[in-house]
Amino acid sequence: MKTHIGPAIRLTVVLLVLLSVIYPLVVAGIATFAPGGGKGETITVNGRVVGYKRVGQAFTEDRYFNSRPSAVDYNAAGSGGSNKGPSNANYLKTVQARIDTFLAHNPGVRKEDIPSELVTASGSGLDPDLSPAGAKIQIARIAKIRGISADRLNQLVDEHTEGPLLGLFGPSKVNVLQVNVALDALK
Amino acid sequence: MFTDGMGVIAMYALTVLLAIPLGKYIAKVYQGNPSRNAGSALDFIAPLERLIYRLGGVDPNRQMNWKENLVALVTINLLWFIYAFFMLLFQGSLPLNPDGNPSQTPDLAFNTAISFLVNCNLQHYSGESGLTYLTQTAVIMFLQFVTAATGMAAMVLVFNALRTEVADKLGNFYVYFVKSITRILLPLSLVVALILAFNGTPASYDGKDTIVTLQVDTVGVSRGPAAGMIAIKQLGTNGGGWFGVNSAHPLENPNYLTNMVEDISIILIPIALVFALGHYINRRRLALVIYGVMTVGFMLLFFPSLFAEISGNPAIANLGVAQPLGSMEGKEIRLGAAASAYWGITTTATSNGSVNAMHDSMTPISGAMQMLDMMINAFYGGVGVGFLNFFVFLIVAVFISGLMVGRTPEFLGRKVEAREMKIASLIAILHPFLILVSTAISSYTLVNMPDADWAVKPGNWLNNDTFHGFSEMLYEYTSSAANNGSGFEGLGDNNFFWNFTCGLVLILGRYLPIVGPVAIAGLLAQKKYVPESSGTLPTDTGTFGLVTFAVIFIIAALSFFPALALGPLAEYFSLR
Repeated sequence: MKTHIGPAIRLTVVLLVLLSVIYPLVVAGIATFAPGGGKGETITVNGRVVGYKRVGQAFTEDRYFNSRPSAVDYNAAGSGGSNKGPSNANYLKTVQARIDTFLAHNPGVRKEDIPSELVTASGSGLDPDLSPAGAKIQIARIAKIRGISADRLNQLVDEHTEGPLLGLFGPSKVNVLQVNVALDALK
Repeated sequence: MFTDGMGVIAMYALTVLLAIPLGKYIAKVYQGNPSRNAGSALDFIAPLERLIYRLGGVDPNRQMNWKENLVALVTINLLWFIYAFFMLLFQGSLPLNPDGNPSQTPDLAFNTAISFLVNCNLQHYSGESGLTYLTQTAVIMFLQFVTAATGMAAMVLVFNALRTEVADKLGNFYVYFVKSITRILLPLSLVVALILAFNGTPASYDGKDTIVTLQVDTVGVSRGPAAGMIAIKQLGTNGGGWFGVNSAHPLENPNYLTNMVEDISIILIPIALVFALGHYINRRRLALVIYGVMTVGFMLLFFPSLFAEISGNPAIANLGVAQPLGSMEGKEIRLGAAASAYWGITTTATSNGSVNAMHDSMTPISGAMQMLDMMINAFYGGVGVGFLNFFVFLIVAVFISGLMVGRTPEFLGRKVEAREMKIASLIAILHPFLILVSTAISSYTLVNMPDADWAVKPGNWLNNDTFHGFSEMLYEYTSSAANNGSGFEGLGDNNFFWNFTCGLVLILGRYLPIVGPVAIAGLLAQKKYVPESSGTLPTDTGTFGLVTFAVIFIIAALSFFPALALGPLAEYFSLR
């Protein structure tokens, strides 16, 4: 074992320099040319940063497209899911309460039309997106509060729907922050 | 839903298409003379390698037998443990800590150091608050590179023993170790890291940001030099994420493209290594049979999980809402249920352990398939060590089929005798032993001492009750023994009991399954080579593949069936 201690220490030091200093600095250096400069892309409204494009935020007010439930209240200082199992009785009560709340805020919506994403928490607690269906089911409520026609809002959601990758792979989605920024700009 | 399915098919197809040339390349890398060029695309790295050998005090031309190689491996690993433990213990007072995060407690530092040392990456902390930028890069990311390279080097030692011309020397651990980094892991990581960075993953050293949202809430946003680490955590079957929720985090896995790249990275090298075996020992048919057995097993685990996730949770269906996207608790819209089910199986097949959805919230069938995947731990498997696990099953299969046809068991021209068989049996039984005994101990503690006055009372360990609660404990130890690192994260695991017991299971579950196969290989290599004849049982046929599959099924699947029946299967049948 003794003969191997020297090489072990020396190799470790050399590799620390290569892997933990040079490598991340090279990545950080090249990433300064990426959108957001490797610090995360932000979205600005009237000169004020209102959020990160990819990090979801809480929208609970009726005049906005509401984001999904979150186990960490969208505080991106941390992250987390509920980790509730599918058969957990208390968890199912929480979901039932969310359904009731949603129905109360969206009169006229039928329960069987609510997509489950609106009453279940995401994995990160920071999900930035909704499915197109999850956004559109909220249109009647927002149209009424804002006095904007449902057709116009439908069009807005369509404009902000990002289709599958190359049109072939993965789900369609609507970025909640961007669609709400656009919503505020409508009138 | 159609495009979700297309995404999964594309991910697997692209992985295999990339793994075929990569396997050929990897075989060339390890065949190359250490001080000269290998005739491969990255020969320009050779001067860097010579510099590393010189500064490291390593003679790359020295040949060592299996015992010397194992001593070299264990010595450097021990050093990393001491280094990592003390760095974590004092990280709060060290530089590069812009968020002012605290030092780890001794039991958490013990668990974290071991967990990353053994390439498991089980995390009893959250990256945003539990580590500093210094420990993220100089401990966690460092270990993610070197432990993956350790596994690959150990695998090459076994490859060497399977070559016909070999005597008692198995090559030089240091050379295979360094080359795994310079010619395979580092170049691939750089490519993946840059793809991530240009799709929105942070890479700069700026600390946590604070923003006021559109709805005028004030929240923080954690960042940091994450892209480089995420690349190697995927490629090296490490799995420990920068952020607490791993690749479910929108900055760790920003869109569907990055999800494809990250998920391909999980099984790319493990599959390529199977092909590399075929080229390296010049037995391509054997490699194909091994790949076939692994792939059949992988698919048998994947499809039940896929159908369970896209069908949704029956209990949610009973509440009367629609589940057009499948089961969405713990999942992300941009990734979808199908890609999350696929990730769940790739990450548990390979000992990676990163997640893009919360496994704790997945349907019971998915939980069962993920656990079974880790219990078998040889369908593709971790970089290097996956093949070592499969090798043990191969030896057992050779022995059993040899007995069935009444011939002396032989593998690749060398007799498999009592000594090798004893080692293989012990290693094969070790895995169920570690998982089942430790789960029994934790269950006993939970039931009999629920109010013990510990940091977290055993009565409060579980985030879910009944069958699912049992699954949380079973999953944690399965993940530890398989060096996987994923978890049913509802478990309250950052306390002395879990940090300590998981740490023990981690060490035993890593080093014995490396030492055992290398020892078997060393013993086989010392034996006289007997050319294959008509009296030899061929190991590169479909029939032998079937026998191997049966051995895996009997040893791994059946020994765990009672435990699975108590956890996920019972939950499945009770879920209405």
